[in-house]
Order: sequence, then C-alpha cells, then structure tokens
Amino acid sequence: MKKAASRAMTMAEKILARHARRKELEPGELILAEVDLTMANDITAPLAIRAFREAGGKRVLRPERISLVMDHFTPNKDIPSAEQVRESREFAREQDIRLYFETDGIAHALLPEKALVGPGQLVLGADSHTCTYGALGAFASGVGSTDIAAAWITGMAWLRVPGSIKLQYKGKPAPWVTAKDMILNTIADLGVEGANYMALEFHGEALERISMEARFTMANMVIEAGAKAGIFHVDRITLDYLQGDGPGPWEIISADPDALYSDVREYDTSRMSPVVAVPHSPANVRPVEELHKVEIQQVVIGSCTNGRMEDLRVAARVLAGRKVASHTRLLVIPATRSTYAQALREGLVQVFLEAGAVVCPPSCGPCLGGHLGILAKGERCVSTTNRNFLGRMGHPESEIYLASPAVAAASAVAGKIAHPREILS
Amino acid sequence: MTYEGKAWVFGDDVDTDQIIPARYLNTPELSLLAPHCLEDLDPEFAGAVRPGDLLVAGRNFGCGSSREHAPGVLKTLGVAAVVAESFARIFYRNSFNLGLPLIECQEARKRVERGERLRVDLKTGRLTNVSKGESYTFKPLPKFMMELIEAGGLSALLRAGGWTRAWGSEA
Repeated sequence: MKKAASRAMTMAEKILARHARRKELEPGELILAEVDLTMANDITAPLAIRAFREAGGKRVLRPERISLVMDHFTPNKDIPSAEQVRESREFAREQDIRLYFETDGIAHALLPEKALVGPGQLVLGADSHTCTYGALGAFASGVGSTDIAAAWITGMAWLRVPGSIKLQYKGKPAPWVTAKDMILNTIADLGVEGANYMALEFHGEALERISMEARFTMANMVIEAGAKAGIFHVDRITLDYLQGDGPGPWEIISADPDALYSDVREYDTSRMSPVVAVPHSPANVRPVEELHKVEIQQVVIGSCTNGRMEDLRVAARVLAGRKVASHTRLLVIPATRSTYAQALREGLVQVFLEAGAVVCPPSCGPCLGGHLGILAKGERCVSTTNRNFLGRMGHPESEIYLASPAVAAASAVAGKIAHPREILS
Repeated sequence: MTYEGKAWVFGDDVDTDQIIPARYLNTPELSLLAPHCLEDLDPEFAGAVRPGDLLVAGRNFGCGSSREHAPGVLKTLGVAAVVAESFARIFYRNSFNLGLPLIECQEARKRVERGERLRVDLKTGRLTNVSKGESYTFKPLPKFMMELIEAGGLSALLRAGGWTRAWGSEA
C-alpha cells in the first residue's frame, strides 16, 4: 500500500511542528510548543514576575533559555522605572538567569548581535517586535507577560498555528529605496490587520541582495500588519552573519516547494519609491515627494527598526558636511553599545555631532514616548521607528512620520520632510 | 457564564498605546495605571466605567504592543468582556491569559450605542441588547479559551495543575 505523503508545510508550520514534536500540523490548530528562548524587558518582566509567583512558580525550568533585556526606559529615567529594573535584576540573580542585560542595547538588535537567536528556533518575547528575529529564519513572536511566566515555569507555550502569506520581492530596488521603504509599502498593501494571526514568509531575488541588517528592519515591522511572525529563508548572507558565533547548532528550515499559502503577494522593488507613513497608522503610506511641505521639529534615527550600522552609515552619508535645520532637533540613537562603539570608530558620531545632532545612549527612548525626545502639543517628528500611533511619542496632538534613515537625515537638514536626493544634489 | 452591563463604544484600530499609554508604564501596578485607560481617546471613560460594563469596538482592537497592562487595566476597571469585529492577536492571547473574555461579533458594532445594556452568554454565543430588545450571535469560544476563562487565567490554570489539565497527554 502506498503510504500517504506527509503534508507539505510552510516555514512557520515546520518550525512549530518540530517544537510541538509533531510530524505535521495545520493552520488553526492549537498546539503546545517547546520554547528555545524567551525575552522580557523592563516594562513586561515585572508583570511576568508577578504572573510567575501567582502561578506558583518557585524556580524557572531552564535559566539558560531566559533573557531579560532592560531597554525601554533605561538608563532609568525616574524612580519607578528604576524600581522595575531593580525587580527584574533581582529576579535574574535569584533564578540564576545569566542572559540579563542592562544598558547594553535594545533587545531586538542585541540578541542577534550576541548570537542568542538563530535559524529554526522558536523564540517568544514579551515585546511585540520580537518578530525581528524571523530575519534569521526563526519563528519569533511577541506574546504577553503571562505567556513568558508560563514558559519560565514549564518551558512551553500555547500557540495557534498560523496560516502563511508568501511575499515575493522582485527587481532591483529603485534609488534610495531601502528595506524600510519595502516593508512600509508591504504594510500599506496588506493593511494594519491584513496579516492578523498569520505568518509572513519573505522570498524573492530582491531580498537576496540585502544585508542581514536590512532583513531585521523588514521582519521587525511585520507586527504592524498584525502578523504573528515574519520569516526569511536562510541563505549565504544569513550563514555569513552567524558564522562562528553563538551556541547553535541552528536548524536550517526551508518551506516545502508545494506548501500551501493563504495568499501570495508580489512586489516589484524597482517600481517602489522612498515613502513615509503619515499619522496615525503605519499603513498610511505616501511617497516622500507628496509631503515636502510638512515642517518638522524633531527627527529620530534609531530603534529596533533602524538603529543598526547600515542605518547610521546612510544617515551619516546624507548629513556629512551639512547642518541640521534651525528649530529642528536630530536625535541619533545607536541600537546597542557595540553599534555605538563601531559608529565612533568609523567617525560617524563625529559627523552627527558636527551636523548638530545629539547622540543618545542605546534605548527605546522616544519611540514609545518613554524618554529622550518627547513631543509637545502640535510638534511633528520624522522617525525611523515602527509606530506612529496617536500620542505614542508624546502629546496626543503631536505627529509621527515614519521613514527610512536616509529620508530622516534629509528631513533633519531641510527642517521639513525631504527626499535625500534633494539634499545631496 | 453570563455578563450584563452598560456598553462603551469605540471605533477601529484602538491600539494598546491608547488603551494604556506607554508614558505611564514605569510601574506595573495596574491600580495606578487604570485611571489612564483610554484617556487620549475618551477622557471620561476611566472615571465613569463601572464593574460589569462591556466594550464594543470595531476592527483590530488591541493592535500594537505586547503590553499585558492593556487587558490588565480593563480587567482592573471591572470590564466584563470586550466585543469587537476583530482583535489583534497579542491582545487576544493576553486577554484570555488574564481571564478577560473577548467576543468576535460583527453585528454588535453596527447596532450597539453607547450606554445601552448588554447581556453576554459565552456558552451559547448570544449577545443580547437589552435596551433595544434584540440579540446577536457569535461563534462560541474554542475549548481551551473557555478553560482559561473558567480557571480565571493562565496563571491560575497552571497553579491548579499545569498544562496537563487543559492538554492531557500532550503536556
């Protein structure tokens, strides 16, 4: 008798099947899966610690699979935030959790840099931008504090198996079209809930040419379309990035060629243009050229979306020998300490300072209205971050415009939203 | 499991920054956070909402961050359930993990007005608009979600016997 062939699976399905110790599974199923690494930050860890105690937790199951990254309000902006960090630090010490980081940088830049995440893993973080690690071929997803507490105690999490949408990027990106522009265009196409409960799978020749840093930018923002995860397939660029690093061994997972997708979308990157997401939705995307009259008071270059070396290099290229417009503030926030150090070695920090920027310590900072650059009523900010929700960076009547580091740097020089081409010509 | 209370009506894409702005999240104490719930959208809400009241909203309720403080403050204010056309996924799991039931219902948003009295029956999947004298149906919750609600959340479920209670031999 002919044995039934096992069901063809997407990357998300395969990774989850392995972690649920199942041969196959289908979208919509609820599973219990083993988690390789959890992450919680200074805002979500204190709630997880409370849930841990409430659930009767005494000792965490595997401390080596737990990371705590204090990045949102650190260096602590006030007494209550310092207390949250103290509580987390003491918990790490009590439970022998070695992967505790404070002032080292933003989790989603730091954990890949430390080679703590990799292909084939199931990573859950109490932070919605945990999806960033999908750039490395992992299934990485944002969950809540109680989920994290449950994984601390049992090593497991409940998950609903998502359907997958295949995204195909073709062509050679048009001039000044960066990873940020590609993902903003994608979110505009899918809508803010177009991928709700779904996994996005990234494919196509245009992505073969982009760096790991650019891939992190794209995977980072899949949550803005509601996605549960955004997964890149592993190629030479991924392997070069991981080379010789970290605890591995990683498991390289590819989608079956005949896997079933809920939808397939195609994007021609040669026809894209640099874009800006205007208030108050990341899907409100417009070409930069349409916004050239919008005056701004602040520019932020940084965050888990765009605070890596490639981002700082392109910003420096636009800013070199130029000045930030009067009545405009430019904040540059390297995502991690080692990014900061590298920017210093390459002379980028000098470029920023000479242009009139302030270079801040690694932190989520203004992205979520925490500290370091809060907006007053009526102020507008061009930001390389990932959310432009109402009131997120300060006053409910302030406005956030999301853009690439190149557009952000050009806008800082112009004092209004500007295309880098205008500044460099 | 039935709940009855007054309706508070909101629109589409109510994000977690609106439910509880991050600028207040320097404390995990939900009782301190609750007075700021939805303040940028409706400054009256946190002061006027009463235990047992229900939220009715449009699409993608709870989108944005993973902060469990969002369903946490709604629960602290005594909100019995949220009825929306659809929910963002992290908010969905966080709510059930805390024992706050979410109901996906298309009709409610179109018909229910602020202040109307609603009755929800989780088991039968019926939402009654007492004020208008009409009712709407919704798909009953998956078994595991019902177990979370009955247990009072995931922490309570784990305390009462771990995953095995809900998952049997798989755990």
